[in-house]
Amino acid sequence: MAVVAQRPHALRDIPLHYCPGCTHGISHRLVAEVLDELGIEGETIGISPVGCSYNNYDYFNCDMVQAAHGRAPAVATGVKRSLPDSVVFTYQGDGDLAAIGTAEIVHAAARGENITVVFINNTIYGMTSGQMAPTTLISQVTTTSPYGRNAKDHGNPIRICEMLATLQGPAYIERVSLHDIKHIRQAKKALTKAFRLQREKRGFTLVEMLSTCPTNWGLDPVESMNRVKNEVIPYYPLGVFVDCEKEG
Amino acid sequence: MGEKLLMKGNEVIAEAALRAGCRHYFGYPITPQTEIAHYMARRMPQVGGVFMQAESEVAAINMVYGAAAAGKRVMTSSSSPGISLKQEGISYAVGARLPAVVVNIMRAGPGLGGIQPAQGDYFQAVKGGGHGDYKLITLAPSSVQELYEMTVEAFNLADKYRGVVMILGDGMLGQMMEVVQFRDEEPISEPAKPWAATGTGMKREHNTITSIHLDPSVLEHWNDERQNQYRVIEEMEQRFELYNTDGADVILVAYGSVARIARNVIKAAEREGIRLGLLRPITLWPFPTHAFEHVMPQAKAFLVLEMSAGQMLEDVRLTVEGRRPVFFHGRMGGMIPTVKDIMREVHEIIGTREE
Ligand SMILES: Cc1ncc(C[n+]2csc(CCOP(=O)(O)OP(=O)(O)O)c2C)c(N)n1
Ligand code: SF4
Ligand SMILES: [Mg+2]
Repeated sequence: MAVVAQRPHALRDIPLHYCPGCTHGISHRLVAEVLDELGIEGETIGISPVGCSYNNYDYFNCDMVQAAHGRAPAVATGVKRSLPDSVVFTYQGDGDLAAIGTAEIVHAAARGENITVVFINNTIYGMTSGQMAPTTLISQVTTTSPYGRNAKDHGNPIRICEMLATLQGPAYIERVSLHDIKHIRQAKKALTKAFRLQREKRGFTLVEMLSTCPTNWGLDPVESMNRVKNEVIPYYPLGVFVDCEKEG
Repeated sequence: MGEKLLMKGNEVIAEAALRAGCRHYFGYPITPQTEIAHYMARRMPQVGGVFMQAESEVAAINMVYGAAAAGKRVMTSSSSPGISLKQEGISYAVGARLPAVVVNIMRAGPGLGGIQPAQGDYFQAVKGGGHGDYKLITLAPSSVQELYEMTVEAFNLADKYRGVVMILGDGMLGQMMEVVQFRDEEPISEPAKPWAATGTGMKREHNTITSIHLDPSVLEHWNDERQNQYRVIEEMEQRFELYNTDGADVILVAYGSVARIARNVIKAAEREGIRLGLLRPITLWPFPTHAFEHVMPQAKAFLVLEMSAGQMLEDVRLTVEGRRPVFFHGRMGGMIPTVKDIMREVHEIIGTREE
């Protein structure tokens, strides 16, 4: 009998704890598939963040290191500089990467640190029950912006890919979305390329995945996917921001 | 016999780390310890190691965390304000059971304070420093020779107990030039690190390095194990020096560069026919309680000397437990205690006793 679908080897056989309809599960599967397909699970060290995915060290079959909130790029730097031939990735939420860890991500990118960053932008702090993130959209209601985010009081949402693309260090930066199959396929392509470039020691790679948080958005899974398509993508345009293979 | 060189304290720390097999250093510039970074920047590339100037002390300690997780001997160094920033990472490293060496060449505080020597970070070093119940083995060298020997030892202790070891010096020690006698071969003991995150090679179960345990009973058990380990360390790793204590009425208690001043006080007192002794803690944690039991039978009083408002003083009092009077003389802000001022204190103590 032909196997049509199976769990990637790089994903351990443990039920994920994420809420129904949450896209963290999809991004985990994509990372695991890429580790399988590139045959790099055995040489990979992943860095877990602080956020809903804090314990994804239990889910991935490669070696994993849990980092303090926002510090994953610094921890990844320490690992990678110790084991330059390994593959190192961080998996970070938008609070983790774009608020408390801004300095660490900017400098890892500026150094061209040879790591891959999987950036999960769900426009909210999921784990701590739905506070405003630096990525929260204008007028989005959160537990700490109960009247909706407004630029005057809270500033405007940060576009991380665009910001990091101004630096010389990054080899590859792409923003993808997980809201439908077509886009998930594209996300997989982007991730594959990012990991491949890391193996070729081309420099810093980052894939931002527009993601959902149905629980804290107060939407069902389908409505959440629609929100990404109709509200999130217009502010966070998809596409490639840096590609070392397309330059010079 | 190895080389004998005239070197600056800070550079000796860096050289000792290299000799101890440390090939990874992450730091951020701050006076008065920056020579450590300069030395590492120069030497690491020559020995195939990694020197990195991080974007902050927060990043530096987390790079240390990463290198330690990958099984490497790793060090960072800083001075007081930078050490405050490192506390988050130190707590996480302890929580994840990662061996690492952190050097604090103290300057005066609080806040930005000053850049002159002080010992105001004693509490921070020996009482935990960051969040949670933990202790750092804290070594307090008092000479450039000791900076060398204790830096090597710090790496061995960090590996032995899978924890963070702090070297607590001050600006005076870091900036001081002294002759150091190197060994031909270092007494390195580095156990295998099967727990490290180095890649499974598809040959073993994955390793996970983490400090989070959301189940309270699991976390309590983890903490119980640490506390049990700390009791062992308190029994096994106390280090101290007793100098001139036989027949001494008053025992001076001082560590680091202040202990050097204390020796001059002892000489000055001798000229006046007053016999003083010195109890010098070398490990600040574990605090050398055994040393106090040695001198207790004959000691009539203790005089604690510090470049602080009296921090080690509290540990001395806890150890002496009211059995003898404990006096204190301290300076702050980067001011250094003088022999004259300390002698005045000694006269008062002796006078008080004779009344
Ligand atoms: C130093 C520190 N500050 C705050 C927290 C609390 N905290 C845990 S997760 C989190 C936000 C995570 O949000 P995000 O990175 O967007 O991840 P998500 O849960 O949305 O996937 C915060 C603030 C913490 N653990 N550590
Ligand atoms: S809170 Fe949000 S981000 Fe976290 S698991 Fe639930 S849906 Fe996902
Ligand atoms: Mg989030």
